[in-house]
Amino acid sequence: MANNDRKTYGILIDYTFCTGCHSCEVACKKELNLPEGQYGIKLTEVGPYQIDEDRWEWVYMPVITKQCNMCEERVAMGKLPSCVHHCQAWCMYYGPVEELAKKMNGKTRMTLITPQQ
Amino acid sequence: MADYKEFLDKIDRKAYHEGEWQWQEGEYTVTRSTQYSAPGCHNSCGVLLYTKDGKLEKVEGDPLNPFNNGKLCMRCLNLVEAVNHPDRLKYPMKRVGKRGENKWERITWDEAFETIVGKVNYYRDNFGPESIVGVHGTGRNINWQIPLLFNAGVQTPNFTTLFFTGFACYLPRIIGCSAVIGDFMIVDASVGHEDRYLNKEWKVPGCVIIWGNDPLKSNADGFLGHWLVQCVQMGTKIISIDPRLTWWGARADVWLPVRPGTDAALAIGMLNVIIEEDLYDHQFVEKWTYGFEELAKRVKEYPVEKVADICGLKAEKIRQAARLFAKSKPAAVQWGLAFEQQISCTALILAVCDLCGITGNIDVPGGMLLVRHAFNAHRHYNCGVEHMPEETAKKKLNGAARGIQENNIVPTADTDVIVHAMETGEPYQIRMAWIQSSNSIACPAMDAPRALEALKKMEFVVVADPFMTPTAMAVADIVLPVGMGPERNSLRNWWTPLRAQSKVCSYYEAKGDEEIVVEFGKRLNPKAFPFENDIDMLNWYIGMDGDYEGTFEDLRAKTWEYWDWDATYYKYEKGLLREDGKPGFNTATGKLELMPLAYIEWGLDPLPFHTEPPESPVTTPDLYKEYPLILTTGARSYEFFHTEHRQLPTMREFHPDPLVQMHPDVAKAYGIKEGDWVWIENQRGRFKQRATITEGINPKVISAEHGWWFPEQDPENLYGVFDSNPNNLTEQGVKGPGGIGSPIKSMLCKIYKVEEGVNDLISPTEQVIKLGGFKHGK
Repeated sequence: MANNDRKTYGILIDYTFCTGCHSCEVACKKELNLPEGQYGIKLTEVGPYQIDEDRWEWVYMPVITKQCNMCEERVAMGKLPSCVHHCQAWCMYYGPVEELAKKMNGKTRMTLITPQQ
Repeated sequence: MADYKEFLDKIDRKAYHEGEWQWQEGEYTVTRSTQYSAPGCHNSCGVLLYTKDGKLEKVEGDPLNPFNNGKLCMRCLNLVEAVNHPDRLKYPMKRVGKRGENKWERITWDEAFETIVGKVNYYRDNFGPESIVGVHGTGRNINWQIPLLFNAGVQTPNFTTLFFTGFACYLPRIIGCSAVIGDFMIVDASVGHEDRYLNKEWKVPGCVIIWGNDPLKSNADGFLGHWLVQCVQMGTKIISIDPRLTWWGARADVWLPVRPGTDAALAIGMLNVIIEEDLYDHQFVEKWTYGFEELAKRVKEYPVEKVADICGLKAEKIRQAARLFAKSKPAAVQWGLAFEQQISCTALILAVCDLCGITGNIDVPGGMLLVRHAFNAHRHYNCGVEHMPEETAKKKLNGAARGIQENNIVPTADTDVIVHAMETGEPYQIRMAWIQSSNSIACPAMDAPRALEALKKMEFVVVADPFMTPTAMAVADIVLPVGMGPERNSLRNWWTPLRAQSKVCSYYEAKGDEEIVVEFGKRLNPKAFPFENDIDMLNWYIGMDGDYEGTFEDLRAKTWEYWDWDATYYKYEKGLLREDGKPGFNTATGKLELMPLAYIEWGLDPLPFHTEPPESPVTTPDLYKEYPLILTTGARSYEFFHTEHRQLPTMREFHPDPLVQMHPDVAKAYGIKEGDWVWIENQRGRFKQRATITEGINPKVISAEHGWWFPEQDPENLYGVFDSNPNNLTEQGVKGPGGIGSPIKSMLCKIYKVEEGVNDLISPTEQVIKLGGFKHGK
């Protein structure tokens, strides 16, 4: 899993299931020891609003900032980036982008993020 | 969809020291443990605690622990900030000023023991142990330890969640469910299995009703809400019953924004559809239930149109929900606190047990799993009760002459009767209060200003807590510093698995609850406390009447251990539920009692029915004209657990102020904008919170948060504890049949904007402290 194979690594977010629980944000703040108001990853939110009789939109999507180093130290130890590791909603994945892209089958709403590395 | 096998396969087990409970990692000692309060919720998730020189430095979720798979919520992720917080109580202290004054003097633990034991003995000798009231908070990692202290040490029959009418939290679901089914049940999200979602017998629930709670935020009662997110990823459909649109409602097949307090009618309406449309499980009903004909007759009194009218819902939506639930195999109900915080509590619990029963979802894979405490180590609120003399036990302050209290089903005393005794000396005077793990006036106390007055009447008050709280500041004569989770050796046996919690650090002179209980117990009643230390007591507890064969040290070496019983399905067919070993449920008839004989015994209607809330648009139309909104309270957030976490900078960064949620139509009608401070008022009092405006709420309802106090504010103004406290509006003593349930989630209120210098001349806290409470409106 270690990022020493010159592949581009990324974080895939299956945001269909993001619950907005803030675990990624706090895990990251604690890992990077970031002060108030600064984040390596930060949630954005759209909704809730009603689309029609039976459907609502209410969705969260994390934005990854330039402070993210994809947890180099953790990854070197064989661990996942702290945000992915702690994601309660099982909606974050870490790996080489080619591998992650294979999960993107259009059945759920996903985004693949590649922080500068 | 999250692939659980892929997740497990990718864990670097060497990096996580599989098989070890403690190791060295560079400069850190790492301990595999669980975190079960303080602070935190009803769960105990697997954590890796990183310590250096006796100080907690880092926390990581333990990916090898199947309970939480390494995932953590922000409260555990921020544990270091809590444990090392400079405002924590460092030493025992005694008050040297008047009550309410912030004047304290450090004392030694020896002086604390001597003073408190002296007081207990004085009251016991002169007035009987019943003159001392023991107070505990919500049932977390104190729910056998503190009962042991009060039952066997102090030997008072009067311990309780004080000021909290109607046992309005969880206990009624346990009692009601036991009456119908003989056991308790939870949604089977695979928690019984160590291999979780890969287990060959387990099935993904076809449908789950999320009813009266948001389990993502509350994680209540040993159930991690995010398990159900994994189920949704695996195909589970959702029905959401909640006046608020939650994450679940926004993703539900059906969202029913029910009028607060009318859930029982809704459940009966759904039963009506399922029986009328012949969607129930005939085989199960015929073989395993008692009272179906009577139930079928009763539900006819609740046609769907009538129910829709009561609940403020569309009839077709109720039918749609009932059909989806009945046709999904398996199906389950994640029920929440709203069940107890309405007057129809016992009827609602019965109706929802019926729903799960007649659809054949009891103890099936992916349905409603019958659960017991791991390895049968089941003592909780009754722990140590055998050490109470019979004569003393008889003096327990109970409520109704007949019914649930009279039958002593509930081990705790009735708070309403205790408060009456505190206020009037009838039937006898209460003289001392010992409050451990409860910030009474900030959280459980209905009519919080009244609670403060009642506590002030006590001659002597002990408060044990990790922080100085408004309750301690107001009334404590001695405060004891309590250790947090990483500062205690403990264990967890609420459902499964059995888990160990290890002491890895300490904070000044704070002691864990186990240490406090052992040290006081030995001094108060040595015969009942033949323990050298905390671990000695844990070994006694684990082996007392349970089936676990190891010691605490054995458990700690493994950190968790699964128990086959909780992993077994169809236990009623296999003879696993009854003491006689015969197939059947653990009820008098051996059947699932749709008309429970226990309800009859308790003087309750054994069939479900609807009761209007005592204050509602229907019951009190005149009051509704003056107070035209329905107030539901107790909304949870990710940042806080009840009154905890308010002093942590990270939590307040995410959630600085208390929030009241309202529909845009409501906000417009009252000229309120996002972020405005708003007064919420009824005939009993008022409080203020900041408006957050959302389409996702029933437009007749507003929803307020609870548990707010402001550690950053003046201690002598009790940290502003009444300013944002919805319990200025609640009432003690209003309860449902059997003395169970309280209508605190369905009050009437009005709202108006806080205008500086116009209508905020005196804060609610000053009004309570200086003027003795709220006078307006009466």
